[in-house]
Amino acid sequence: MALSKKDLLGLRGVPASEISEILNTAELMKVILASNNKKTPHLQGKTILTVFYENSTRTRLSFELASKYMGGVAANMSASGSSVAKGESLIDTARTLDRLASDVMILRHSMTGAPHLMAQHVKASVINAGDGTNEHPTQALLDMFTMKEKLGGISGLNVAIVGDVTHSRVARSNLWGLTTMGAKVTFAAPPTLLPPELAAAGCRVTEYVDDAVREADVVMGLRIQLERQQKGLFPTVREYHRYFGLTPERIALAKKGALVMHPGPMNRGVEISSLVADGEQSVIDEQVTNGVAVRMALLFLLTRRNVQ
Amino acid sequence: MKILIKNGTLITPEGQQKGDLLIESGKIAAMGGSLDAGNAEVHDASGLLVSPGLIDLHCHLREPGYEYKEDIASGTRAAARGGFTSVCCMANTSPVNDTVSVTELINAKARKNGVVRVFPIAAATKGMKGEELTEMGDLKEAGIVAVSDDGKSIPDAGRMRLVMSYARHFGLPVVDHPEDPNLVGGGVMNEGYWSTVLGLRGATRVAEESVIARNCMLAELEGAHLHVAHVSTAGGADIVRQFKARGVRVTAETAPHYLYATDAWVEGYDTNTRVNPPLRTDEDVKALVGALKDGTIDCIATDHAPHHKDDKNMEYALAATGISGLETALGVCWTALVVPGCLTPGQLLAKMTAAPASIFSLPGVSGKLEPGQPADITLIDPESEWTVDAAEFASKGKNTPFHGKKLTGRAVATYAAGVRVL
Repeated sequence: MALSKKDLLGLRGVPASEISEILNTAELMKVILASNNKKTPHLQGKTILTVFYENSTRTRLSFELASKYMGGVAANMSASGSSVAKGESLIDTARTLDRLASDVMILRHSMTGAPHLMAQHVKASVINAGDGTNEHPTQALLDMFTMKEKLGGISGLNVAIVGDVTHSRVARSNLWGLTTMGAKVTFAAPPTLLPPELAAAGCRVTEYVDDAVREADVVMGLRIQLERQQKGLFPTVREYHRYFGLTPERIALAKKGALVMHPGPMNRGVEISSLVADGEQSVIDEQVTNGVAVRMALLFLLTRRNVQ
Repeated sequence: MKILIKNGTLITPEGQQKGDLLIESGKIAAMGGSLDAGNAEVHDASGLLVSPGLIDLHCHLREPGYEYKEDIASGTRAAARGGFTSVCCMANTSPVNDTVSVTELINAKARKNGVVRVFPIAAATKGMKGEELTEMGDLKEAGIVAVSDDGKSIPDAGRMRLVMSYARHFGLPVVDHPEDPNLVGGGVMNEGYWSTVLGLRGATRVAEESVIARNCMLAELEGAHLHVAHVSTAGGADIVRQFKARGVRVTAETAPHYLYATDAWVEGYDTNTRVNPPLRTDEDVKALVGALKDGTIDCIATDHAPHHKDDKNMEYALAATGISGLETALGVCWTALVVPGCLTPGQLLAKMTAAPASIFSLPGVSGKLEPGQPADITLIDPESEWTVDAAEFASKGKNTPFHGKKLTGRAVATYAAGVRVL
């Protein structure tokens, strides 16, 4: 089986069968990653471009490594060192990159919908590596992979997602992916960081972190961008942590053995205390490893489309 | 030269009647059951409605300054193609229409290049900066019909009060684009379910409604005539309704897209759905239709806002706001209002002819079919089903969310002062 669409722009609307296919393939990739010789030929002859208009550590490197482990040619374009800095439009940049014989373009951009726009103008497959406040589908895929690996499945899980939901693309991608796979999602945040009518999207929404965490199988923290405080969305980091942070006391409300996750980068002592981030329930470091496996799987499945 | 429009259904203030209409020397010479053709050129209007030419109180012709988006020649041709014979153009040109010299330039260009009547609207404040008043007296003598900083609001309530007070003295309506920029807060679509789902920043409806309320209160305070531009929300219509009931001199318009399209159309991030105020919800559409029916909203204006594709073909939040609307207005309104039976053809056409003419007291234009009036006439095929193709627009702005949509009802011929322009 391969993926039905040229691009992965988000998880909204992606059927459960395709998500399962990616997660199952990622299991095989993780075996390869764990071996002494991290090399497969699946992307030989393919060119993979990472196109990053925003900073990234994990996502860009894991895509690049995933490409290289599978024999693909990986190159990176970052906005600051390119014609973008000279005012080139996204569409013109996309067309230029397409002509550089790329098979897959991985785009991170500060504007919602940028990958959708790019996908309309290029032959290459486009993977959304985070667009504005919309989606970050590969993060949610690696999160789901981690849940499945640790807890045996996704369907029926209670997943609490806590933090700046309004501005989080990780939150949206997890919402769509997890609900498609049969999990129950509860979001918790102060009202200033919750988007309107979120519950209508098929989840539970609360302003009280304790309510979300109680009986959860998975507790996921979301990054609080510190500039949100300057915009008045919460008064101080201190008070945020006190009422909305993931503390050992709050994690104790979750099910025994519940997973603690975070997409990184973390603000220790703000949305998550170090005791929790480094505690035995935390799988935050493993999420990073799984990110490479999931991205290998995705690149493999997307580039196989044209073969079949 | 005489033209006899035969066998049509005349839309008159008294109602619809089958009959003929004779145009002579640019005026309506006679109307009646069956007129003698004589030596007139005959235009068979069987099956067609013979309507007063449509009147648009709110469009952007972009000249001077943004001729790459639109100019008076292309904009008035777009108007004619949409069935409009009079358009009022907003002041957000470059330079801004805040002086007599710019108004005179627009008038001269309209005489030279325009195919329909053009009535300029001047800025309410110099440079549309929301600070110093424009020379409204001189501007009125030069031919402006209203003042407006449309494109943005006048955020300072104290300044707005002065605008209303001074405009009242000269009998000029004040058209406000109601929007609190702090409440919009960078929002690019309606705040609600769809902004949450699509991950775009939302602009709350209260950003519009709070300024409508403020302006209505100021109009009451100053006894001024406030005309509320492009009402897009149920709450905005409610506020207008309340102040009308109190006897405040407030009139209101909405635009065709707010009667048909919703924020769900933003899915896919087509920047042609980006407009200000943003497309709202199904509930707002229903409420606006109700407000048209009960007279709260007096008229329909296009807010025709043509843009070059270079200003639209980009990331959603960066794209220019606005819809090229003159050529779809009638079809959209017919499809949204007449086909489902919300308004009769006569009721809809009154909102696009006599009502707007009277709101701005347009000189020489009544928006009614009456002998002696200028022969501004639009022939409408109410049954015509057609598919919008932006490439066919006479407007330079091909930016429309209705491209590819099937509509019912369209203008098939337009006469401006007796001259056929469509």
